[in-house]
Amino acid sequence: MKASDNDTQGMAYLASLPRRVVTLYIPLLIFVFVLLFPFYWMAVTSFKPDNELLSRSGNPFWVIAPTLAHFKKLLFNTSYPEWMWNTVFVSVVATFVSLLASVLAAYAIERLRFRGSRQVGLSIFLAYLVPPSILFIPLASIVFQLGLFDTKWALILTYPTFLIPFSTWLLMGYFRSIPFELEECALIDGASRLQILWKIVLPLSVPGLISAGIFAFTLSWNEFIYALTFVSSSEVKTVPVGVVTELVEGDVYHWGALMAGALLGSLPVAVIYSFFVEYYVSGLTGAVKE
Amino acid sequence: MLHRLQNSRNFLGLAFMLPAGVLLLLFLTYPLGLGVWLGFTDTKIGRGGEWIGLQNYEFLWGDSVTRLALFNTLFYTTVASVIKFGLGLWLAILLNERLPFQTFFRSVILLPYIVPTALSAIAFWWIYDSQFSIISWALVKMGLIDQYIDFLGDPYNARLATIVANIWRGVPFVAITLLAGLQTISPSLYEAGAIDGASGWQRFRYITLPLLTPIIAVVMTFSVLFTFTDFQLIYVLTRGGPLNATHLMATLSFQRAISGGALGEGAAIAVAMVPFLLAAILFSYFGLQRRAWQQGSDQ
Repeated sequence: MKASDNDTQGMAYLASLPRRVVTLYIPLLIFVFVLLFPFYWMAVTSFKPDNELLSRSGNPFWVIAPTLAHFKKLLFNTSYPEWMWNTVFVSVVATFVSLLASVLAAYAIERLRFRGSRQVGLSIFLAYLVPPSILFIPLASIVFQLGLFDTKWALILTYPTFLIPFSTWLLMGYFRSIPFELEECALIDGASRLQILWKIVLPLSVPGLISAGIFAFTLSWNEFIYALTFVSSSEVKTVPVGVVTELVEGDVYHWGALMAGALLGSLPVAVIYSFFVEYYVSGLTGAVKE
Repeated sequence: MLHRLQNSRNFLGLAFMLPAGVLLLLFLTYPLGLGVWLGFTDTKIGRGGEWIGLQNYEFLWGDSVTRLALFNTLFYTTVASVIKFGLGLWLAILLNERLPFQTFFRSVILLPYIVPTALSAIAFWWIYDSQFSIISWALVKMGLIDQYIDFLGDPYNARLATIVANIWRGVPFVAITLLAGLQTISPSLYEAGAIDGASGWQRFRYITLPLLTPIIAVVMTFSVLFTFTDFQLIYVLTRGGPLNATHLMATLSFQRAISGGALGEGAAIAVAMVPFLLAAILFSYFGLQRRAWQQGSDQ
C-alpha cells in the first residue's frame, strides 16, 4: 500500500473520490438499507389492503391502494389502546421510581464516600450483569406470593432491578464530573446534603438525568420476559406482549394488523429517541467507557 | 443528636442507598438465591417442592433436548457475537470517516437497538414468512431460486434466520460504542504513523486495535452476555422449533417452567447458564484487559 491509500480520519482529503465511493459510501448505504429495511417493510405492510398483501404478483415494495383498515381494526377491535396505556403507565412510573432511587444511590456512592461505598458501587455494576432470563422464574413466585401477580405493580416493582443499576452507573459518571469545591462551599454555608443534591448537583447533571431517563424509559418499553410471565389478563398486558400473544390467533395471521401494531408500538420510543439522540448516544458510550 | 446523624457520612450513605438497596435486594438478590434453591427442588406451579438435591441436573444432563438447547445457545452466541463484532467494527470505522449527514447516519443506525425487540422480531417473522417472504420473492424475481425458502420451518434455515435477526439487532450497539472509542484516538497518532510510512492496515493493527482493546472488552462482554441469555427473539420467531432446533437455554427454561409448570426444572436450566456467563465475563474482561496491559508495557 502506498501513502496515498489513506483512509483514516484526518487525511481523508487525500483519498480519491472513486475510492471513497467503493470503500465508504457503498458499504455504508448497504448497512443503512439493511438496518432500516425491516421498519420500511413494517410500515408498507401495515398500509396494504389484504388482497395486495397476499398476492405474489405486482411490486410488493409499494402500496397501490393504501388503507387504514388494519389500524382501525387494531384500535377498535382489539385491546391495543389498553396495552398502549399500560406500557406508558408502567414505563413512566418504573422510570420515575428508578431515577429517584438511582440519584440517591449514585450520590451516596460517588460523593458521600461512606464506608463500603466502593463495594456497593461494584455490586451495583455486577447487578447490571444479571440477566432477566435467569431471574424470571423465582421472581414469578415472589410476585405471586406478594399478591402482585397479573397487576401492573408486578412490572413497576421488578423493572427497577435492571433500570437502577444502569441509571446509577450512568449518574455516577455525571456526578464525578461536578467539582467538589462547589459542594464544600455549600457545606460551609450550612447546606444539608439533600439541599446540595437538589440545588447544586442535580441542576448540573440535567444531561445525565435526561439520558438515564430515556434509557430507563426505552428499556421498560422494550421489556418482554417479565411482562410475559407476570401478567396473564389482556387488560394488564404491555404492547410487546399483547401484540405477540393476542394478535396471533390460530393459523390465520393478520399480517396487516400485526405490522400496524408493531409500528405503533415502536413509534413512541423512536420519537422520544430522535428528540434526545445526542443524550442517548453520549450516555450509551459514556456508560460503557467508564 | 439528629444533627450529628445528618452529618455522618455512613448514616447518610445508608439512608441514601435505602430505596435502591431495598428494591435490588428484594427483587434481584433474593430471587437469585431463590432460583438456585428452586433448582434443587421439584417445585411445580401451584405446589411447593421438596429438596431433591442434584436430581434436576442429573435429569437435564441426560435430556437430549437440554443438550441440544445448550449446543444451540453456544452456537447462536458464538456465531452471532463474532459477526456482530466484525460488522460493528466495520460500521464504526465507516462512521468515523468525515461524512456528509454524519449525525443523521449515527442516529438512524441505532434504531434497531431502540425499538422493542419483540416488535422488530414480528417484522422479521413476516420477512421470513414461508409463502410471502420478500426475500424469497426478490430472489425468485432475480432468477436465483425457483422455490420459496422455508426460513423458519427447516431446522438449519431457522437457526440461521434467528442468528441473522439477532445480528441485525445487535450491530448498532457494537458500532456506536466502538465509534465512541475510535473518537478518543487522537488523529495525530495516525498522521505520525503515516509519516513513518505505515500502511492503512498497519495503522489499524498497531494504532487502532491496541487503543480500542479496553472498550472492545467491555462491548463484547455485554454482547456475549445478552446473546447468551436471549429470549424474546426466539420466543417470537420460532418458540424453539422446528424440532427444538432453535431452543436456547432461556426459551427452554421458560417452556419447562411456565408453560410446562415444572418450576424447579426450569430454574435448574436457568441456573445452568450462570457458569457460562461467569466464564464469558472473566474471559473477555480479564483476557482482553491483560492483552491491553501487555501491549502497553511493550512500548
